[in-house]
Order: sequence, then C-alpha cells, then structure tokens
Amino acid sequence: MPEIKNYTMNFGPQHPAAHGVLRLVLELDGEVVMRADPHIGLLHRATEKLAEHKTYLQSLPYMDRLDYVSMLSNEHAYVQAIEKLAGIDVPIRAQYIRVMFDEITRLLNHLMWLGAHGLDIGAMTVFLYCFREREDLMDAYEAVSGARMHAAYYRPGGVYRDLPDTMPQYQASKVHNEAAIKRMNANRQGSLLDFLEDFTRRFPKHVDEYETLLTDNRIWKQRTVGIGVLSPERAVALGITGPMLRGSGVEWDLRKKQPYAVYDKLDFDIPVGVNGDTYDRYLVRVEEMRQSNRIIKQCIDWLRANPGPVITANHKYAPPSRESMKQNMEELIHHFKLFTEGMHIAEGEAYAAVEHPKGEFGIYMISDGANKPYRLKIRAPGFVHLSTLDEMARGHMIADVVTIIGTQDIVFGEIDR
Amino acid sequence: MMTEKKSLRDELTGLLGDKVVSLHEALGETTIVIGASDIPGVMTQLRDAEALRFAQLIDLCGVDYLEYRDWEGRRFAVVYHLLSHAHNRRLRVRVFAEDDDFPVVDSVSGIWPDANWFEREAFDLYGLIFTGHPDLRRILTDYGFVGNPFRKDFPLSGHVEMRYDPEQQRVVYQPVSIEPRVVTPRIVREENFGSN
Repeated sequence: MPEIKNYTMNFGPQHPAAHGVLRLVLELDGEVVMRADPHIGLLHRATEKLAEHKTYLQSLPYMDRLDYVSMLSNEHAYVQAIEKLAGIDVPIRAQYIRVMFDEITRLLNHLMWLGAHGLDIGAMTVFLYCFREREDLMDAYEAVSGARMHAAYYRPGGVYRDLPDTMPQYQASKVHNEAAIKRMNANRQGSLLDFLEDFTRRFPKHVDEYETLLTDNRIWKQRTVGIGVLSPERAVALGITGPMLRGSGVEWDLRKKQPYAVYDKLDFDIPVGVNGDTYDRYLVRVEEMRQSNRIIKQCIDWLRANPGPVITANHKYAPPSRESMKQNMEELIHHFKLFTEGMHIAEGEAYAAVEHPKGEFGIYMISDGANKPYRLKIRAPGFVHLSTLDEMARGHMIADVVTIIGTQDIVFGEIDR
Repeated sequence: MMTEKKSLRDELTGLLGDKVVSLHEALGETTIVIGASDIPGVMTQLRDAEALRFAQLIDLCGVDYLEYRDWEGRRFAVVYHLLSHAHNRRLRVRVFAEDDDFPVVDSVSGIWPDANWFEREAFDLYGLIFTGHPDLRRILTDYGFVGNPFRKDFPLSGHVEMRYDPEQQRVVYQPVSIEPRVVTPRIVREENFGSN
C-alpha cells in the first residue's frame, strides 16, 4: 500500500472561476480541501494612498473602480462620508435619485453575480439571461452619466445633474434594419423614468425565468445545498455582512437598521435565509432583486411628482450653474476655487457606511482641514468575506471551492483596493 | 437617539472606568482612546459585556499621524470600528502604539477572527506589529516588497519600478525614473478663512 500524502495545488491567478485575480494555494487530501490560503493584492492600486494626494472631487471616480460591478454604491458611501464631515445638506430629490441608482446598482451586481455563479457551477443559460437585463440597466447609467459603468455621477451635496428627458436611441446599421431598430427603440421614446418604469414592469417576469432555471433544478440544488454553511453566531464573529449574513438568518440590513438617504420612507422587505448555506444565500439574493425592483418603482413615482434641485446650493462644495458662473464674479471665483484648489473639509473624522450589494461598505475619513483627506480607509465587504474562505472551504471538495467563491460574490477591485 | 448615545457614554465610563483615556463624541459617532497595554482586557469586555455586546469588528486600520498639522502625540495609531447588532450601536476605538520607531500593539484576532486579515493589512502598509497574531505576513503588496507604502514618509511613486529586460529575458526592478510632482498642493486654511 503506497503512502498517500497531502499535496499542495495552486489555483489561479488566471482562472475563470477565480472571479478576477485570486491566487489560492490549496492543500489537498485527495480531492478534499484541508487548507485554503488566498493570496490577494494582485490588483492593489493603493486607492487610499492616492486619495491622500488628490482633492475630494478628484478621488470620486476612483470609487467606481473599487467594486467595479456596483459602482454607484461605492460612490454613495464616499459622498456620505464627506457630507457627514462637512455638514452638507443634500436635496431630497438627489437622495431619491441616489436611492434609485443604488438599487439599480444592486440589480446590476446581483445579475452579474447570478450569471457568473451559475456559469461557475454549470448553468450556462442563466448567464445569457442576466446579461440581457444588465444591458437595459447600463443604458440607464449611460443616459444619466454618459458612461455605461464608471458613472462618477454622485457629488458631495447631491448628484451631478437631473435625470434626462430623453433616452439614447439605437441607429440603423448593417445588422439591424429600420423595422428592427424601431422595435428596439420602442421603450426609449420617453424619459429615463419612462424607460425604467417599463423595465420594472418587465423585470419580475425575468426573475421568474431565472428561478425556473435554477430554484428547483436538481443539479443546482446538489451543487449548492449544504455547501459553505455558516452558523449565525459564526457569521457575526467573522465580520460577515450583507446578503451573506442574512443568508445565515441574521436580520441585519443597514437600509432598515441605520437608514440613510430616504430608505426610511420606502416600503420593502428584508429576506433572510434559514440554513446559512449557498442555496439560501442564492434565495436571499434573488428575493433582494425583487425588493430592489419595488424600491425603484416607488422612487420613480416620487421623482415624477416632485421636481426640484438635485445638488446643494452651497457653492463652497458644489459648483454654481454654468450660466451664473459666466455672469457673476463671486460665482466665477467659487467655480475657479472649487476646480483648482478643491473644497476644504472641516477637521475631524467620520465613518459612513452603506448597504452595498455585497455587504457593509464603509468609508472612514480623517480630515485635518486641508483640501485633501488626511487618511481614507475603505472598508470593503469582500475583503472580510474572502478571509473566511479557509474556514468555509475546509472539508469540502475542490469543486465546492468554486461554489464558495461564487457565493461570496468576490470582486477584486474592492478587495485589493 | 440622544438618550441612547448618552447611555453608551455612561456605560463605557461605568464599565471601563479609568481605562478610557479619552472619550469623544462628534457627528453622532463615539470614539474612545485606550492604552496599548489594555487592549486584550478592554476589547474582550467590549465584546462580551451585556450592555455593550460589540460582537462584530467592522474595520481595523492603521493611521500614521506624521504629517498631521500640529500633531504632538504618538505617530502610529490603530483604529477599530465596532458594531453591536444587539444594541444597534457603533463605536470607534483608537489605540496609539507606544514606540514610534517600532510600533507594537496586541493582536485582537483571538477576540474577533476577522481581525486576522485586517491586522496583516496594517502590518503590510504601516509596519505595525501585532503581538499574538497567528500568521503576520504581508497581504496586499507584491512578494518581496520592501517598505511600508502607506507611511507618510513613503513617496507616492514608490522607490522601485519594474520592467522587462530583453537582454536578461526576465523582469527586473530598478529605481523609479519618474519625477514626483504635485498637481494640487495640500492647503490648510486658517480658522474662519473668508468669513468676512
């Protein structure tokens, strides 16, 4: 009988199931994982150090590039930290726009997660379905900011501009004739809100489609039920937040428990899991998509009825309108100072957290009164989640490691920062 | 909301007594400073005491106060952000490392397991040593990296750059060739600037 020893295997950093640049060193006993040691930092860009050398406004687009599948949620935490520290009042309409785009972002993130997670464990079709809906949401991003992903749309004190009255149209080309283009543009005739309303009407049916493919699927259940189980006590001790924590049955959502923006004025439910396994976390996230859809609907109705300013009128923090800048000396000075020297934030420190699609995303900011932050710390949910990989994967098969990476919803932009 | 905050202050001073070096409340957040030698005891109390129950360590990070204006305290601090689900409260704890040249504090990874990676990060970026940490390795920087990049005396562009050398047919490190430049200078305005 030959002696069998544990052996060590390298997984990644170039592996499609590693969701980016994760390098895992796995110690295996046959096919069973005895120890998993994630090596991270391959995408480290020192965002926090860069932010110390840039004005508050210049750092904002870096936030998009942290968790690059939920761009505006990152920005929301960042602008909230500045607003808290400087005591800036945000117009109510801007808060509704932010909440609406936070929830659009949540859909974008969860659709990306569902598609990739499905693909990882052998369900190809759901990926195509998810990306079909993502396309519409990215069009909403584009309509409002000009960029499909890295929007840079939120500003300290509000949002960059009000929602547009028209949607971009498809143009006729070699691949699509006039009739096809007309059909594709049918829901783009009105404003952005009309387009999104049409989306929210369609979307619940699409979620049903994903669920038909997965929820009762025998293979899906075999791959997810009982994999990566986290007890509620252990999940709390490990610092897990967001849908991962709710999947374990802990009812904790910052949108309900420590409401920010206008979440306390909106009606939605918080789904929680029972068993704390991968399957429950899947169910929690799918239900979150339905709830996000509800929130978007409520925001659309409110935004339709209540026009108003979308950025603060305090020109120490937000630029004056283009027109008044051209006609008024004081506004010109404000504009010039804001875009050269930047805004000054009062000395102090603040921590602002949002319920990011992946968990609690927080920005801890120390200001010494200068035009740049003295220290910026990004609390990324994925960083904590990945640190539990060793514990979650221990005793599972090597193929389950892929399931666990998928259920943790890992994105390296925020982990490596 | 106001009464709740007050009770947190009372409970902290009541339970921890003179171990709280200072307590500061601003912007709806409570910050306490504790001594480096009190970390294990105070942190365990913060987690387990019925009135506090800070079961979750949300964040841990290092701070370097070298260039902070008029700073006279110790140079390195570790900042902990705690969250209590039971009481729906947050708390910030700051600990200053005694020695500026060799900053050492006790590890809390035995109290909150997720401190493990956070402490590795603070070790990597600031060179803070956490005694009692099970596996204090670099985490974010490259294999074989030299220095602690988030210290204020570490230049933004670093010390070395990497390129492919066609003669040696491998990647080589060399001193950085780019000139450091400041696009927007750091400016601190005096009190009440521009108010009249």
